[in-house]
Amino acid sequence: MSDILADGKTAGTAAPSDGLAVLEQNRSTAETFGIPLAVLAELTHRCPLQCPYCSNPVELDRAGAELTTEEWKKVLSELAEIGVLQIHFSGGEPTARKDLVELVQHATDVGLYSNLITSAVLLTKEKLSALADAGLCHVQISFQGNEPVVADRVAGLKNSHEKKLEAAKWTRELDMPLTVNAVMHRQNLHQLSDIIQMAVDLDADRLEVANVQYYGWALKNRAALMPTLEQIEETSRIVEEAATRLKGILAIDYVVPDYYALRPKKCMGGWGRQFFNISPAGKVLPCHAAESITGLEFESVRSNHSIAWIWQNSEAFNRYRGTGWMPEPCKSCEFREVDFGGCRCQAFALTGDAGNTDPACTLSPMHEQIFKQAEREAAAHQDRFLYRNFAGGTLETEGEHGA
Amino acid sequence: MASRNISVSEESRPKLPRHAKLKFDETRQVWVILAPERVLAPDEIAVEVLQLCDGVRSVGDIIDQLTIKYTAPREAIGTDVIAMLQDLADKGFLTEAREKTS
Repeated sequence: MSDILADGKTAGTAAPSDGLAVLEQNRSTAETFGIPLAVLAELTHRCPLQCPYCSNPVELDRAGAELTTEEWKKVLSELAEIGVLQIHFSGGEPTARKDLVELVQHATDVGLYSNLITSAVLLTKEKLSALADAGLCHVQISFQGNEPVVADRVAGLKNSHEKKLEAAKWTRELDMPLTVNAVMHRQNLHQLSDIIQMAVDLDADRLEVANVQYYGWALKNRAALMPTLEQIEETSRIVEEAATRLKGILAIDYVVPDYYALRPKKCMGGWGRQFFNISPAGKVLPCHAAESITGLEFESVRSNHSIAWIWQNSEAFNRYRGTGWMPEPCKSCEFREVDFGGCRCQAFALTGDAGNTDPACTLSPMHEQIFKQAEREAAAHQDRFLYRNFAGGTLETEGEHGA
Repeated sequence: MASRNISVSEESRPKLPRHAKLKFDETRQVWVILAPERVLAPDEIAVEVLQLCDGVRSVGDIIDQLTIKYTAPREAIGTDVIAMLQDLADKGFLTEAREKTS
């Protein structure tokens, strides 16, 4: 009876976190685009941090455009009704919404499993306790380094690291599972071993070591963030060693930087296949960076369409779904259903056409070019950040830089 | 804080931790365990055992109950149940009831 759990993380050919494949293993993906198991709710784009690799679009939604409490509640009810099981509250900084406890409570009331993805700097112990009482199931805290000098500089906010450490401790005191999210790049990769130890010391259950993905803000900051090939090789070695050593203590998920990869990532598990997110203003998106692709129209929860209709029928979801849209070299590639052609946002950002093969793939005619560019940028040591904000970004001053 | 690395024996009084929720998924018509960043699909037997894991019953009680229900040898059922629960505990989806409950 050892095989009692069909587990998306480990089962057969299913990719990590591909729980949908497990539950829908009797049907091919061509037959059905079942409702995703988990949905990302980006409650706001407001955030006290200014990380230069922020995954939010460069054109941020203003506070005035955000869905209201009642609108979010309606969305949560609708999601639960159509079969979504988990809701990730994210942002921006989700705790910047004054109604977060109310929204978590509503998610609990309609039977959704809730996860908070937070920078944690706005949390107090009372606030976190209220969220736990409202039924919050899991907390993910982002860290920018393992100590304040690097971490506060990357975040663009003084004392942020200290506040994060505090919030992480409260999370465990309240008996909620903790995931440490560490976004890695050239200027903090030297701290990776210490970050892993920090996660162990914080009694975290999971650590996500995610190398920056280069679109939106991160693309603007690519020269300041791109790691060297040596760093990446060292990173893979460190992660592998730690994963073995910490088995049963800390689970580590690792996202490789795809500029240095040979095969592209199976972005979002395939466009419109198992994931959607809802933007602060209510757009239903195949990926949180999808709005960077110009020329695609995204439907809103404020439209007269249901969320299920948007998922199944909208033009934006169907444009790059499955394999029918693919050009060569994807079209005849034996890996076309392994990676679904990689990342549409990256293809758009680097080739100007979201329908091209992701240049992260060695089979893309542009692969060699971006690989060389990455190496060149990594070696140039242009370290100044362009901080993320509503004003289109602010360049780090000389005084701050090199702190 | 609940202990995360438990060793399952007949004396254990296991229950699902607050971050692992057993639920019937009406849309897909299957039982699921919801956990951080994952959804697991336990089989029928696992579901039956997990529904008995309420933090009050001991593993011994659970084995007794299943032995009567399935009129099977207690030893065989006991071995299977403990192995299954240990597997779940190792994955972090099972905890022990605290000594004192407030």
